[in-house]
Amino acid sequence: MENPILKLIDKIKPTFSKGGKLSWLHSTFEAFETFAAVPSTTTKGRTQIKDCVDLKRVMIAVVVALIPPFLFGMWNTGDQHATAFGLEWGFWLKVWFGFYKVLPLFLVSYIVGLGIEFAVAQVRGHEVNEGYLVSGFIIPMIMPIDIPLWILALSVAFAVIFGKEIFGGTGMNIWNPALLARAFVFFAYPSVISGDTIWIEGLTNATSAIDGFSGATPLAIAAEGGEAPSLLQMFIGNIPGSFGETSTIAILLGAAILIFTGVASWKIMLSTVIGALAVGFLANALAPAGSFSAYPAINHLVMGGFAFGAVYMATDPVSSAQTEVGKWIYGFSIGALCIILRLFNPGYREGMMLAILLMNTMAPIIDYCVIRPNIRRREKRAATK
Amino acid sequence: METIRLKKGLDLKIKGEATKKVLTTISPKVIALQPSNYKGVFPKLHVQEGDTVKAGQIIFSDKKREQICFTSPISGTIKAIVRGEKRKLLAIEIAPDGKNDYLTFEPISEVSKANRDEIQKRLLESGLWAGIIQRPYGIIANPTDTPKGIFISSFNTAPLAADLNFTTKDEVDAIQIAVDALCKFTDKIYVNVKADAPASPLSRLKNVVFTAFKGAHPAGNVGVQISHIAPIGKGDIVWTISPMTLIAMGKLFSKGIYDTQRLVAVTGQRVKEPAYVKCLPGTSIQSICEAFEIEKEVEICGQECGIRYISGNVLSGEDVGENGYLNFYDDQITLISEGNYRELFGWAKIFRPKKFSLSHTYFSWLTPKKKYKVDSNTNGGERPFVVNGVYEKVLPMDIYPVYLLKAILAQDIEKMEQLGIYEVIGEDLALCEYVCPSKINIQEIVENGINLMLKEMA
Repeated sequence: MENPILKLIDKIKPTFSKGGKLSWLHSTFEAFETFAAVPSTTTKGRTQIKDCVDLKRVMIAVVVALIPPFLFGMWNTGDQHATAFGLEWGFWLKVWFGFYKVLPLFLVSYIVGLGIEFAVAQVRGHEVNEGYLVSGFIIPMIMPIDIPLWILALSVAFAVIFGKEIFGGTGMNIWNPALLARAFVFFAYPSVISGDTIWIEGLTNATSAIDGFSGATPLAIAAEGGEAPSLLQMFIGNIPGSFGETSTIAILLGAAILIFTGVASWKIMLSTVIGALAVGFLANALAPAGSFSAYPAINHLVMGGFAFGAVYMATDPVSSAQTEVGKWIYGFSIGALCIILRLFNPGYREGMMLAILLMNTMAPIIDYCVIRPNIRRREKRAATK
Repeated sequence: METIRLKKGLDLKIKGEATKKVLTTISPKVIALQPSNYKGVFPKLHVQEGDTVKAGQIIFSDKKREQICFTSPISGTIKAIVRGEKRKLLAIEIAPDGKNDYLTFEPISEVSKANRDEIQKRLLESGLWAGIIQRPYGIIANPTDTPKGIFISSFNTAPLAADLNFTTKDEVDAIQIAVDALCKFTDKIYVNVKADAPASPLSRLKNVVFTAFKGAHPAGNVGVQISHIAPIGKGDIVWTISPMTLIAMGKLFSKGIYDTQRLVAVTGQRVKEPAYVKCLPGTSIQSICEAFEIEKEVEICGQECGIRYISGNVLSGEDVGENGYLNFYDDQITLISEGNYRELFGWAKIFRPKKFSLSHTYFSWLTPKKKYKVDSNTNGGERPFVVNGVYEKVLPMDIYPVYLLKAILAQDIEKMEQLGIYEVIGEDLALCEYVCPSKINIQEIVENGINLMLKEMA
């Protein structure tokens, strides 16, 4: 007895195949078809069997790893809003509020992003690549919750087209597409992604917020020399910030999933932390008391986008360094650069985005340097003959 | 003896291992010589349909290197000359006459006293020269070369591979004769044995250098072994020979006949009781399968799945089809299921207990001893390189595989040289292709690279 879903696919397939009425939607149909069932393609070359892991599985593993910060983000969005406006909301109401507010962001991210992906795949005659399943999930999580949807749509379109498709699609890109979306907002609409009020839903144009509530992120507070929330509070993540980046504990859960499944490199995560601590401790040792440089290095790990960036963005296998030694250098540089930017760039304290994008750019050079000795070994062997 | 420990690699646990008994000797209805078995050879035919031939009689030779010829493994009549598109020579089918008439070559009673020319002449005229493979490129060796060394792997780690300890156990004398003869071509003959395993019969050989290897597949691949003993650089030439060919060489020198009869492991989950048979290369798969009970009807996910007939192993063998033949260099046949079924939401299932994956996104790593039934489904569509660090887990060589592959795709000869094209042939990267989540046909890319090198360096 054949499965009804497979039956349905077989029934409508001719419409989308060559010569069918909707053959111009061929790639789109194929994307849904292979989504529903692993296709019946068989091996053609010398390797007669293949491992059962494919890119869909890898990508879905990353999405699963993103769920802890996603769930926490929903609650935190509601909680921050309630605190700002002095509302006495229960747990589920906060979660519902967060869900209600973030849903449009996810819808816009996926509809715009996948729309472009499908269209490009169709024009090129390629299969649709799964990469955007992850990018589309990450983008809303690193944006302020109050971002206007049209700006989000624009940044997604920019990231997908100029970050990915012009290079040839997933696997060919130089920069992490999700970060590129954020960088686009940062440079094109700076007012949207800076300031104190944007991190809490409804605060920007609010009239009814409780007196004295600023909504500033801990990073901004600390940089101004103010009293940042406690380490524990920042670790738990009940603080203002982008939707998914606040809770270090939820991100660590995700990191555990990524490391356990082997999808993301623990070397990059660890070396990023080491890099940040190295610069942080150095600054602590040298800085005069009271300055931001004297702010405890360990706190930097739980502030702003550091943890989220180290776990989910720096480890992007396409834009990171590809060699094992290179990963250590790449991660260390990201961590170090992030803290340097935070300490010495008064205009924009959140250094993680720029640090990762810069190291994305440098990753091929790092790999080049790592591979050089291998090449030289070979040349030396040839010369000594 | 030096022991080299390889940490990378993967032993695939697959159902259908051959039990160590020889079921029968196959007397085939038809035997075929297929020029496609020999990489880079352009065949020049020496026979016509209807000719009678003896075992050891020349059938075709290489247009570019005329002295290398390919001879009939059996006596009989030329039944058909099969040609494909553009009259490409596909196969020469021979109907055996059942008499086993051998063309006799003059035996060499004491090979250690013979000179290189004499031995070379005998190998070339008998057709056994085709068993000597040159690295780089994995083509048949040049008779004019003097190799830096000759490498012999005494064990095969590929999935379900024939146990060479079993297949060579009575043939050490023949192998010793062959080794003594090959000493005339080079200073060093390396025999690589498996560490911590029952001693190989080949470990009794004399006048050779032993190296022990420890580790999972591809530790038994001679290419991997060479890269750890004496990596091949630009201008280097080494030769490799399988124990199977050595046995035939021994018989050639001692008895003066071309006898390539070998023990072949018939394996795979579609064979009900996998075991060994004795047969000649070129024997039709059908006549081998007749000796076994084959599982005809198998359903996967409720869909009927046919049989894939592979000459060789599942990682680097050839899908020859039901009407195919045992390839010249193979001592194994594997019958697995065709994977032309669809699995609903297969990639999204939390558990897929019937499938193996090296990736921890599935949970097969929790049951490391479990043996799996395998099929030819690709388990996903082809994508560009995305995930990194996966190939490196299964490639115990000092090579950056992705960079080498990209250099090949870009047809950048200089880069290919720098990144180690001379050190590999397709089978060395077979496991990389197996584990690739992007389903890239890596062996094909490597072979294309080698063909490009052959063309450019000629």
